[in-house]
Amino acid sequence: MPDAPGLELIRGEIERDRPGSVLATSFDRGQAALLVDPEQVLDVLSWLRDEPGQRYNFLSSLHAADYLPAEPRFGVHYELLNRDRVERIRVKAMLADPGAEQLPEIDSCVSLFPTAEAQEREAFDFFGIVFRDHPNLTRILMPDDYVGWPQRRDFPLGGEPVTFTYNERRYG
Amino acid sequence: MAELTADRTKEVMTVNIGPHHPATHGVLRLVVDLEGEVVREVTPVIGYVHTGIEKSCEDKSYWKVIPFIERMDYVSYFFQMEAYCGAVEKLIGLEIPPRAKYLRTIFLELNRIHSHLVWLGTTALDLGAISMLWYCFRERDRILDLFEMATGQRMHTRYFQVGGVIEDIPLGFEKKLAEFVAEMPVRVGQYEALLDNNEVFLQRTKGVGIVPRERLLELGVTGPLLRAAGDPWDLRKAVDHLVYPEMDFKIPVGTVGDNYDRYRVRVAEMIESTRIVEQALAALPDGPHISADRKYVLPPRSELSTSMESLIHHFKLVTEGFRVEPGEIYNAIEGPRGELGCYVLADGSSKPARVHFRDPSFVNLQAFRDMSVDSYVGDMICSLGMLDPILGGVDR
Repeated sequence: MPDAPGLELIRGEIERDRPGSVLATSFDRGQAALLVDPEQVLDVLSWLRDEPGQRYNFLSSLHAADYLPAEPRFGVHYELLNRDRVERIRVKAMLADPGAEQLPEIDSCVSLFPTAEAQEREAFDFFGIVFRDHPNLTRILMPDDYVGWPQRRDFPLGGEPVTFTYNERRYG
Repeated sequence: MAELTADRTKEVMTVNIGPHHPATHGVLRLVVDLEGEVVREVTPVIGYVHTGIEKSCEDKSYWKVIPFIERMDYVSYFFQMEAYCGAVEKLIGLEIPPRAKYLRTIFLELNRIHSHLVWLGTTALDLGAISMLWYCFRERDRILDLFEMATGQRMHTRYFQVGGVIEDIPLGFEKKLAEFVAEMPVRVGQYEALLDNNEVFLQRTKGVGIVPRERLLELGVTGPLLRAAGDPWDLRKAVDHLVYPEMDFKIPVGTVGDNYDRYRVRVAEMIESTRIVEQALAALPDGPHISADRKYVLPPRSELSTSMESLIHHFKLVTEGFRVEPGEIYNAIEGPRGELGCYVLADGSSKPARVHFRDPSFVNLQAFRDMSVDSYVGDMICSLGMLDPILGGVDR
C-alpha cells in the first residue's frame, strides 16, 4: 500500500506522463485511491501496469458501485496489486448517469487485463455500465432477457416475482 | 448425398452439459463444442443460483449482513465472514483482541481443511475413485462436529462478529480439537496412499489441463491453481493478517501446473493448515474473545439485568445497529480458492451502501477454457473438478 506521500508522488508522475488524467487522490483508512478521468482510464491503468517503478500488473478486482445521490453517481473501481511489494492501489472512475434510456459508458480494460472480462460483464449486468470494446458484453448472472439494472440504488429491493413460466402457461 | 458421405469424424457437435449434472459441482452449465471426443470450445454459463445477496445486504444493518454473506460460498463460510468482518473492522478502526485473532485463525484453517476435503472427495468421485468420498467426508464430519460444538451450527455458523467472535470455545473443545489435529496428518497420508499409487488417477491427472503461469496471472487466477503452476503467492504470507505471521507453515507449490500438481498442492495445504491449527491451539492466549467497545459489540447477557448502560447499548445495537462513517474499503484474504476480496461502501448510515465480493471461483472460472480446450471430454471434467468452483460463490 503506498502511503499518503507515496500516492502524491505517483500522482505527480502520472501528471507528467499523462496530463489531466488524475482528478484527485484519496488516502483513507490506509487505502490509496486515484480518482481518474473516465475517458483516460486506460492510459492510467496501462501506465500503472507498465511503468518500471510501479508495476501494478495484477488486477485483483474490478467492481462498480452506485453512489446515489452523489453526482456523478457510478463508480468503477480497479483494485490493482503489485505482487512484489504487496502494494495495492485503487483506481476509481466516476461516471455520470446520462439519464433517460441511455447508459453510462467507459472503455473496457480487457485488452490490458484479460481477467476483467467476466467482472466487466458483471458490472454491466448489475449497474448497466457499458464497457466499450468489450468482446462479449452480455448479461452474466441475471437471465438474458432481464430488464433493469438490479444493483443500482434506485432499483427497488424485493418484490421480484418468482415465475414458473411453464406452469403459468399451462394452468394460468 | 454429399452430407452422408462427408467425413463424420470431423463434424463439430455442440453439447450442453448441465446446469444439473453431478460432474459440474453445482449448477454450472457448459456449452461444449466437440469434435469426436475432443473439446474444441467451451463456454461456461453461470447465474443459475444468483440470489442477489449483494443487493439484499444493502437493506441489512452491518451485523445482520453476516449470515447473508456466509451463504455465498457455502463451503468456505468462515472465510466469507472474515473478509466481511475484517472490512468493517477496518472501516470503523476496531482492533480485535488477541484471543479472537487466534480463534479466528483456528476456525479459518479448519474451514480450509474442510473445503479441501469436500473438493478432494467430489473430484476423486468424478474420476471414479468412489471410496475417496466416504473417507474425505468422514473427516469433514469431524470438522463439522467441532464447528457445531463451538458455534452451535455445522454450517453457516455466524461465529465471527465485528470485533471478534461471538462466543468463547466451550469446555472440552481444545481436547477434541487436539485429537483431530493429531489424527488428521495420518488421514491425509491415507488419502495419498489411496490416490498416489492409483494408476488410473495418475494417468488422468498428470500432464492434463496445463496453463502457463503467465496466462494464469493475466486471467487473475489465485490460490492453489496459481501455486500449482509454481508461483508461491499466498496472502497469508504476503500480508500481516490475524496471527499468520507468528505461525510456522510452508506454501506448497507445484512445478508443472497440471491437474496432478493441483491435487498435490491442496493435499499438502491440508497438512500445513493442520500445523497452523496445532500451533494456534498451543499458543491460544487467555483474555476476552470479543472487543469491549460497546458502540459496536453487544454487551454480555449477564450485564443486561444489572446495568442500564448495557441495556441501552444492547437496544441500540439490536434495533438500529451501529453507524459507520462514510468510506470504502477493499479487504482481501486468502480463501481456500484464492484471493477472496470484500468491498464495503459505507454511507454513514447503519446499513452498508454496497457489499461486493470478489469471489475467487468467479474469477478462476475464466481459466477453465484454457484448461480444457483441445483435451478430451473426460479430461475437461477432471479439470473442472481441479478448478474447484463453488457455484454459490460464483453466482452470489
